[in-house]
Amino acid sequence: MPSDAVLAAPAVSAPVTATPVLRVSGLSVEYRTARGVVHALDNVSFELAPGETLGIVGESGCGKSTLARAVVRLLDPSAGTIRLGETDITHATRRRMRAARRDLQMVLQDPAASLDPRWTVGDLLAEPLEIHGIGSRAERRARVADLLDKVGLPPEAAQRRPHEFSGGQRQRIGIARALALEPKVVVLDEPVSALDVSVQAQILNLLTDLQRTLGVSFLFIGHDLSVVEYVSDRVAVMYLGRIVELGGRDSLWRRPAHPYTRALLDAAPRIDGPSAPAGPGLTGDTPSPYDLPSGCRFHTRCPIAADVCRRLAPAMQALSPGHHVACHFPDSGSEPPSMQSAINS
Amino acid sequence: MSHAVPNEPVLAVDGLSIGFQTRRGLLPAVRELSFSVRSGEMLAIVGESGCGKSLTALALLGLIPPPGRVTGGTVRLEGRDLLALDEAALRRVRGARIAMIFQEPMTALNPVLTVGEQIMEAILEHEPVSRKAARKRTLALLERVRIPDPERRFAEYPHRLSGGMRQRVMIAMALAGAPAVLVADEPTTALDVTIQAQILSLIDELRREQGTAVVFITHDLGVVSRYVDRVLVMYAGRKVEERDTRDLFADPLHPYTRGLIAAQPRAGAGAAGAVRERLAEIPGTVPALAAMPAGCAFAPRCPLADERCVQAVPPPRRAGSGLVACHHAGETHAL
Repeated sequence: MPSDAVLAAPAVSAPVTATPVLRVSGLSVEYRTARGVVHALDNVSFELAPGETLGIVGESGCGKSTLARAVVRLLDPSAGTIRLGETDITHATRRRMRAARRDLQMVLQDPAASLDPRWTVGDLLAEPLEIHGIGSRAERRARVADLLDKVGLPPEAAQRRPHEFSGGQRQRIGIARALALEPKVVVLDEPVSALDVSVQAQILNLLTDLQRTLGVSFLFIGHDLSVVEYVSDRVAVMYLGRIVELGGRDSLWRRPAHPYTRALLDAAPRIDGPSAPAGPGLTGDTPSPYDLPSGCRFHTRCPIAADVCRRLAPAMQALSPGHHVACHFPDSGSEPPSMQSAINS
Repeated sequence: MSHAVPNEPVLAVDGLSIGFQTRRGLLPAVRELSFSVRSGEMLAIVGESGCGKSLTALALLGLIPPPGRVTGGTVRLEGRDLLALDEAALRRVRGARIAMIFQEPMTALNPVLTVGEQIMEAILEHEPVSRKAARKRTLALLERVRIPDPERRFAEYPHRLSGGMRQRVMIAMALAGAPAVLVADEPTTALDVTIQAQILSLIDELRREQGTAVVFITHDLGVVSRYVDRVLVMYAGRKVEERDTRDLFADPLHPYTRGLIAAQPRAGAGAAGAVRERLAEIPGTVPALAAMPAGCAFAPRCPLADERCVQAVPPPRRAGSGLVACHHAGETHAL
């Protein structure tokens, strides 16, 4: 465990009354490597409501992909719990996980890596159904046709192999496969990052349509802020293994309270945004995960860091219902940005 | 030591065509491309995968890999046609008057030489200075690109550096010969957004302070809107539109440009929980090099296409601050 003091983080709940489909609480992941132990994920908590999209953003090394893999149990957490509906899957055996996968699926950035090139698309889509013993052969075939239709591919696609498709079409196949068992939760790890912008728009529209008709929940991992803003109902911002801010999409974009969130939003240029960054931007690189800063992990790059930030990791606190931040000096949004005054002084 | 006359373009590309020699004949990848850049100006070439933007960048330095080759046109750097030079003469120009940085600096950096040695080598290749003087210049360059602790970094190998630091080293190397033109091919695509901002503001500062002309290859329209003066949009190997940046985003004229901009997620596109505004899609896909339409290459995907578009390639026409190649340029507002 990191040596700095971590105050108990209150559960961050969705501003909805429905029972969450996914509850992640105090999740930590450590990697043991030749160079030492990496605390890739530290005490991460969130909930996902039915039909909701929670976006996870952050830069390299922030732990967002580790989080995605830990949630679907491709990685074993070192602490914390993962609840899928009423079931605790934190330490589920391989067999129990197989049952859980009906409700919990994943889509990767490069679908080609997860689609066996020797199989036809029809076999790839029918496989999850076979594993779970769903339907007769004829029923499965009908279901494959239905899935292809749902993701906007022609029925003939079932006879072809993944390499015969473009990147965007392969991502449609990856999405169809993830949806075959009608899961409640799909974890999408950078699903549009490898696609051109016109194809990206097609896939984002498809995800929006599918969520509306199927009521599935998405955990959407991304690095492109405009994409994450577009798809998400709520967004969690991560830095060096921790969630630093979590809030409703609009609340977070309009009133970013953590200095890292502000710097991130300011650094990302967008065609309908300001023509120049408002602040001076962050200096330096993200610290090495082998040698994490004490206290608040952002203090080495933070323009408003004070002594307490070097000593004590800030606890998650609520700024407004559903908007939480882990910072000793969060920007309340009502006063002029303290970032500027700190730099000028 | 700039040879540029004020307002005279430092780089002028005219009718550049690039093709791939295959068993089925010559496949055209870039066709009759013309543009120019002035000192201190940043021009972006944008477009999606396969539009020819990266090939164009390589052609500017005579670096097209076989089976690709330049099949026509001129690339004039300070008045001299680079395409007419032999390899030895080209090597003298490369690095000295025109330099390039890439998306992944590791492919261009030598892994067995220290950062300092590589930059020194770049200086010594073009200038008859002592090693001591070259070393001093190297340290100044490392400082110029804001590498902290240059003395220590000088002796470090590239793999020890972060992605952002490597890109700074690449830029320092590119600046070693004080080039008139810097070609930057997706230099920040592999970097995190806060590091991207650092590198882009560094490039921006260099061209303002040293008058370097920058040809910036990118797919990121957000980056273009913040840092670039003028934009050239390519589709299937041709220039379809070229405008001042502000005009391009305020009033895109080509249907493809309009499609690209509309496909980009906008701020506040539908409140959370509410039905999201759909993103505009461009139907279909880019035509294959071997199956290029006879007329406008965008016609099969274009909502405005008619018989004329299928028959004839639209020539670039003057339009406000720039050029557009569309038979229906004035009508795109109806979309």
